[in-house]
Amino acid sequence: MRFLRDLDLSAYDTPPSSSSSSDPSPVTAAELLAELRPSRRQVLKGGLAAGLGLVIGFRMGGTAKAAEAAAGSAETVFAPNAFLRIAPDGAVTVIAKHIEFGQGSYTGLATIVADEIGADWSRVSVESAPADASRYGNSALGGAQGTGGSTAMVSSWEPMRKAGATARSMLAAAAAAAWGVPAEEVEIADHKVRHSGSGKEAGLGEMAVAAGELQPPKDAKPKDLAAYRLIGKNKLPRVDVPAKTDGSAVFTLDMKIPGMLTALIARPPRFGATVASFDDSATRKVAGVKEVVQVPAGVAVLADSFWAAKMGRDALEVTWDESKAEKRGSEQLFAEYKELAGKAGKKARGEGDAAATLEGAAKVLEATYEFPYLAHAPMEPMDFLLRLDGDKAEAWAGSQIQTIDQGVVAQTLGIPPQNVTLHTLFGGGSFGRRATPVGDVAGEAASIVKAIGGKAPVKVVWTREDDIQGGRYRPLYVHRLRAGIDDAGKITAWHHHIVGQSILSGTPFAAAMVKDGIDHTSVEGAISIPYKIPNLQVDLTTTDVGVPVLWWRSVGSTHNGYAVETFLDQVARELGRDPVELRRELLADHPRELGVLNLAAEKAGWGGALPEGRARGVAVHKSFDTYVAQVVEVSLDASGVPKVHRVVCAVDCGVAINPDNIRAQMEGGLGFGLGAALHDEVVLEEGRPKQSNFHDYRSLRIGEMPEVEVHIVDSTEKPTGVGEPGLPPLAPAVANAYLQLTGEPIHRLPMRHLAKKKKGRMAAAGRDRATSGEASGKVVRS
Amino acid sequence: MRYTLDVNGERRQVDLAPDTPLLWALRDHLELTGTKYGCGRAQCGACTVHLDGKPVRSCVLPISRVGDKKVVTIEGLSGTVAEAVQSAWVDVQVPQCGYCQSGQIMSAVALLSEKPNPDDDAIDGAMAGNICRCATYVRIRAAVRQAARGEEA
Repeated sequence: MRFLRDLDLSAYDTPPSSSSSSDPSPVTAAELLAELRPSRRQVLKGGLAAGLGLVIGFRMGGTAKAAEAAAGSAETVFAPNAFLRIAPDGAVTVIAKHIEFGQGSYTGLATIVADEIGADWSRVSVESAPADASRYGNSALGGAQGTGGSTAMVSSWEPMRKAGATARSMLAAAAAAAWGVPAEEVEIADHKVRHSGSGKEAGLGEMAVAAGELQPPKDAKPKDLAAYRLIGKNKLPRVDVPAKTDGSAVFTLDMKIPGMLTALIARPPRFGATVASFDDSATRKVAGVKEVVQVPAGVAVLADSFWAAKMGRDALEVTWDESKAEKRGSEQLFAEYKELAGKAGKKARGEGDAAATLEGAAKVLEATYEFPYLAHAPMEPMDFLLRLDGDKAEAWAGSQIQTIDQGVVAQTLGIPPQNVTLHTLFGGGSFGRRATPVGDVAGEAASIVKAIGGKAPVKVVWTREDDIQGGRYRPLYVHRLRAGIDDAGKITAWHHHIVGQSILSGTPFAAAMVKDGIDHTSVEGAISIPYKIPNLQVDLTTTDVGVPVLWWRSVGSTHNGYAVETFLDQVARELGRDPVELRRELLADHPRELGVLNLAAEKAGWGGALPEGRARGVAVHKSFDTYVAQVVEVSLDASGVPKVHRVVCAVDCGVAINPDNIRAQMEGGLGFGLGAALHDEVVLEEGRPKQSNFHDYRSLRIGEMPEVEVHIVDSTEKPTGVGEPGLPPLAPAVANAYLQLTGEPIHRLPMRHLAKKKKGRMAAAGRDRATSGEASGKVVRS
Repeated sequence: MRYTLDVNGERRQVDLAPDTPLLWALRDHLELTGTKYGCGRAQCGACTVHLDGKPVRSCVLPISRVGDKKVVTIEGLSGTVAEAVQSAWVDVQVPQCGYCQSGQIMSAVALLSEKPNPDDDAIDGAMAGNICRCATYVRIRAAVRQAARGEEA
């Protein structure tokens, strides 16, 4: 997503609104965009953001009062810009432009600002920014306000340093004026403003009011890296942890406002089906049920409590029109995709002549991989609370792309986007699910509110079954890889063909992310293969399937990283080469990949003795400009499925803003990846999702969590994200250890298909397919 | 139906259908939202509360079955074990998204109340019913161990 330079809201895919013909003319995408653009131009042209051009919407108020209004505070505070306030009592409030859903963004943003000012960490708190792309847009998301692609720190590092530096400069100037000393001699540290020559000292808050009367400087200079005290500190406690240990943290599911109704939607059994008719007579008899309305997503049951809505929905009888529904199942899709994988695709990267080199190679290795649909299954199911009052709306949600959610609500209700106040609450996980380019859940809430004429606030809640069966999955893919090896044992050609659905076609992100028919998210992690192979080609075949798909933690790297890293180990095995040694040779020109590989191998004792029945596996992968290598220790459980005992993880994410959070994100990312690799798939049977809840869409449990050791590369490079990059290397490293243990590659996920059942041919057949597939992993010519 | 529940040491009245799960009585009618919904079928543990000190999944416990038993939620936790667990949770920096952590903490407190010095297998066993999609498990284990050591001291 770092390639997102221009979010094209004109490609905005209008969600189907209710069939009523009395719709007020909806706000078009172009109008939405127009809402954003003038303010950008204004900010930039007016020179208010001179020197701050990196971030759109960094609005430097002319005076503190103007900025105060911008920051939405009525108190007398020092608010030099949209990102922070300092109250006279010294309380520092950082306004977070990114949602906090576990990745540590609140803490990361606040760390930068607080360190730049010289604030005491215990006096810093964080508040969520309102939805306003003009002030809080993400430069890495085309200016839309949103969080994704591990860009929060990438896009905030310089702006937050600048925001803090501006405040520091103004506080110092205020002190200098009050004390009659040169401003450059005033220092701020530990929440104190000091002038050592005169011995003058004041609290940060004491200078806040005077600082607020000054003009913000245009060129406040951030500190040198070496001067930071909080950034890089080994254990800086997260700001959100206390509220998350006593039950007081508020998620959307916890929000309650007067008169609010809870809505559950009866959703179609197949994707693309629509309501033909429904009978709500039993539903309306359920105590607490207030309304039943048809909306584009299905039939919504509104009640005064979740349980009443659930009972009402259970009693509902809906007849679905499935004439336009997707009816293919996973098996059929795999079969179709395999056939496509054998044909030509669209070239996404090409160097040398891979086809001809393969043709003439001494030896050719080939493998076909199968990756299932995956649900995100965040612990907090999807939800969205919305209230309409005249032509103004107020919403509460764990919103990941605020600009889109705000736009969708506005469009559906027929009001201007600026009339939609959106409060971003803590999200109970997301893993990509809350970042729908079409604002699906926001649209559901708005369509229901509209259907009842805005007479009550409505909170849409998804049950876990809705979540697992509701689509927006990581797409199902088939990959075909071929490698050519010459007589000297060198890899001379690499051909990688990816077959699957596009995540971004038909979304506002398409213009920036889909070029010449290649959706970048389909091929990322495959086209960026760092290994030195002279003839290299990556092809893509994009399929058309009526199953809604979405980015899933680490996106293209979830499958591309797996295919590249496991196939390389197969090649290494064929060549009789050590997997780490071979990678070192092929990564000679890639110092950061090499750096994490060497660090992980060294810390894991690569090549050293292991207990009987255990093997190591390695994988290295860059995603979102963060480099991660992992070495895993694996044995087989009683059924023959990999059991991971230990993971040694090395990460290079540039400047380590919060090392403990980096460790936490590596632990979480690889744990999430391990759970999916072992257990997860959403299988479609004639178009219907088979799995429905955590009993058959398994999540990693504590007993399956390996010991994890994280090593962070010391770096002065610009910081990059850590929410996603911990995931991609884990599954291939496990498969590579399995290859060491059994001699068998794993070409089909999840790995639970490897389980040997005590009896029964079905299981044996499944096992054969899981490992060898069709003509898979074989030397096809030697 | 009217029910009087003993929740966090107070007598609380609700008027609900008998099959209403305790979870929704707590969340929607008693304003105790620290207890979370995650699956509705006792698979994830986000809804864990104590019933006479034992951990139960409130999403599948009908209020008609609660009777006189004492219900304790995350909001009503107290005592040395709970304090040790909650402070270990902060010290080890366990939570990420935080949504499952009320349930994790309720299970951990129940474990240490029953078994002050559990080994890793006992920790994994007692915590096996609590899913964390952020996979904070390394730290959950560390925090339970730390709280147990605190209890010993």
